[in-house]
Amino acid sequence: MNKITNHQLYRLTVAHFAEIIREPAVIFWGVVFPILMAWGLGIAFTQKGVVTSKLAIVKVISVTDSVHETKLASYLAANAVKKDSSYTIELKNAKLGNVNLVFIETSWTNAYTMLKKGKVSMIIEDKTSETKYHFDPANSEAKTSYQLVANLFTYGSSFYTFNQSNIEPLTLTGTRYVDFLIPGLLAMGVMMACAWGISYTIIDRRSKKLLRRMVATPMKKSNFLFALITARLTMNVMEALLLFVFAWLYFGIKVQGSWPALIVIFLAGNIAFSGISILISSHTANPEVGNGIINALVTPMMVVSGVFFSYHNFPDWTLPIIRNLPLTMIADSFRSIFNEGAGFADVWREALALTTIGTVSFIIGLKLFKWY
Amino acid sequence: MTNQEYIVDVRHVKKSFKDVHAVKGVDLMIKTGEFLALLGPNGAGKTTLVEMIEGIQHPDEGEIFISGKQWKNHQHELHQMIGLSLQETRFMDKLTAYETMRLFASFYKLGINRVDEVFKLIGLEEKKKSYVNNLSGGQRQRLALGVALLNKPKILLLDEPTTGLDPNARREIWNILLDLKKEQKTSLILTSHYMEEAEYLCDRIVIMDEGKILAEGSLQEILTLGGGHHSLDELFISLTGRHLYE
Repeated sequence: MNKITNHQLYRLTVAHFAEIIREPAVIFWGVVFPILMAWGLGIAFTQKGVVTSKLAIVKVISVTDSVHETKLASYLAANAVKKDSSYTIELKNAKLGNVNLVFIETSWTNAYTMLKKGKVSMIIEDKTSETKYHFDPANSEAKTSYQLVANLFTYGSSFYTFNQSNIEPLTLTGTRYVDFLIPGLLAMGVMMACAWGISYTIIDRRSKKLLRRMVATPMKKSNFLFALITARLTMNVMEALLLFVFAWLYFGIKVQGSWPALIVIFLAGNIAFSGISILISSHTANPEVGNGIINALVTPMMVVSGVFFSYHNFPDWTLPIIRNLPLTMIADSFRSIFNEGAGFADVWREALALTTIGTVSFIIGLKLFKWY
Repeated sequence: MTNQEYIVDVRHVKKSFKDVHAVKGVDLMIKTGEFLALLGPNGAGKTTLVEMIEGIQHPDEGEIFISGKQWKNHQHELHQMIGLSLQETRFMDKLTAYETMRLFASFYKLGINRVDEVFKLIGLEEKKKSYVNNLSGGQRQRLALGVALLNKPKILLLDEPTTGLDPNARREIWNILLDLKKEQKTSLILTSHYMEEAEYLCDRIVIMDEGKILAEGSLQEILTLGGGHHSLDELFISLTGRHLYE
C-alpha cells in the first residue's frame, strides 16, 4: 500500500512524462527540430571553401553613345568565364577563402525580381560612362559584394590576394558562429520547452476539465504542479544532452568552463521559465488565448535575447533591459561557460536572479491559479 | 444539528454570479443509498447546486452538510467520500485506461487491487491497455464512472453520464449503477436530460427551473401532484412551459 509506485507524486510525474514521450510531435519539435536547426544554421554560417556571390547586371546603352560597349561588360569580356548570360570571376585567397563573383546579365524587370527573391544581392547598372550599384546598405552580404566588385574594377583581382601575410585566421575554439549558436539554442530550448510544455499543458487540461476533475479528489494541488515541472525538467535534460552531443560530435563544440556552473545555470533557467509558465497559465482555460499569451512571452525574447545573432546591434538604451531578460541571462551565461571558460564565480548572480524570478512567479502563479 | 439519516443536507442555499441568481433558496435532503435525479433545462441551477454539494462553489447564503460535516473545515475527509463524473471531462489522451485508473487511485492511496476490482465492475478489463483516445464514447464514460467509483464513494455525483451515448452504451452504464444501487451504500445525485434515465434509475426526482425546486418526490408522487400527468415530459412542460432539453 505504501509503495512509492502508488504515491500520487510518483504517478503524476509518470503520467506527465508518458504524455510527453508518447506524442511523436513533441519528440520531433523538442529533440529533432533543435538538432536540425543547429545543423542547418551551423552549416550555413560556417566558413566554406568557396563562397558564391551572385549579382545582376543591367546594361544601359544610350543611342548617343559612340562606342556601343559598356564599361563593366568590357572588363568581364576580358577577364571572366562566360557561360550563357552569366560571367564568373574567381577571387582566390587561401586565408580568406575563395569567392566566386557571378554576374548575371539581365533586364531591369528580371533583376528586381531576382533581388526580391534573394537570388542576387545587388543590381549593377552598367552604363558606357559609369557603373552604379543598387543595394540595401543594411544588407551586410550586399555591402561586402559591393566592396569586392568596386575593388575588383579599380585594382583588378590581385587586390584580394594582396598582403595575405597580414591575415591570421582565428582557430581558437569558441570563436566560430556555431560556438555562439549552440549555447543560444540550448537556452532557447529551455524557454520553449517550459512555455509550451508547462503553460500549454495546464491550459489544455483546464479547458478539458481535467483539472476540475482532479481537484474533486484528495490530490495535493502542489503535487500536480511539481510533477509537471519534474517531468518537463527530465525531458529538458534529455533534449539538451542530445543537442549538446550532436554539436560536440559534428561541430566539435567544447565546454571550456565549469560543468557544475553550466548545470546550475541550466537548472536556474528551468526554475525561471517553469515559474513564469505557471504564472502565465494560471487563469485562462482557452487554448487559443493561451497560444497568444505564450507567443507574447517567447517571441520577443527569441528576437532580442541574442539566440541567433548578437543583441549588441540594438540601440544602446535597450541593452540594460535586454541583458536582464531571463533568456538573455541564460544564453549569456551558457556562452561565457562554453566559450570563455567561465566558472560559478562568473555566473552566480545570473543563477540567483533566474531562481528568484522563477520562485516569485511560481508563488504569484499559485495564488492566482484557477483549477476550473 | 443534522439528521444522521441524511447524507446530504442542503438548507436554504442561495448562490448568485454577479446579477444572475443561479440558486434561489433551495432545501434538499438525500438519504444514504438513495438515488436522486435532478432534472431541469439549461440554466435551471442544477450544475451550481451540484458544484456546491461537491464543494467547489460556496453558497452565498444557507448551509450544506455532507454526512454532518461542512466543506469549510473538512475538505480532506469530504473529498474521500465523494465520487464525481462530469459530462465533458477528458482524461489524458496518451495514458492507457489502466494508467488513468492507477493515477486517480493514487490520490486515494489505493493500490492495484482496487483498480482491478473497478475494471471488473465497469466491464472494461479488455481495454486496460488501450490509450484513452482510442476508447469509444461509451468506454470513456465507463472509465469516468470507474474513476468516480474508485474510492467507494458515499455520494456519487454524475453530470449527464450518458449524454451522447448510443442505447447499448447507455444501458451498460445503467446496469453498473443498478448494481451499485443494490448495495445501498452509495447515494447518487444524477443530473440528466433523459427522463427515462431518471425514471429507470432513481428513487426520487427533483425538478428545478430558474434556481428553484418546482417539484420533488417519487415518480408516482410527482405525476399525481402535477395533476395526473402521464409522463415526466408532460409534467415538465406543464411546470416550466419548456422541454427538458431546451
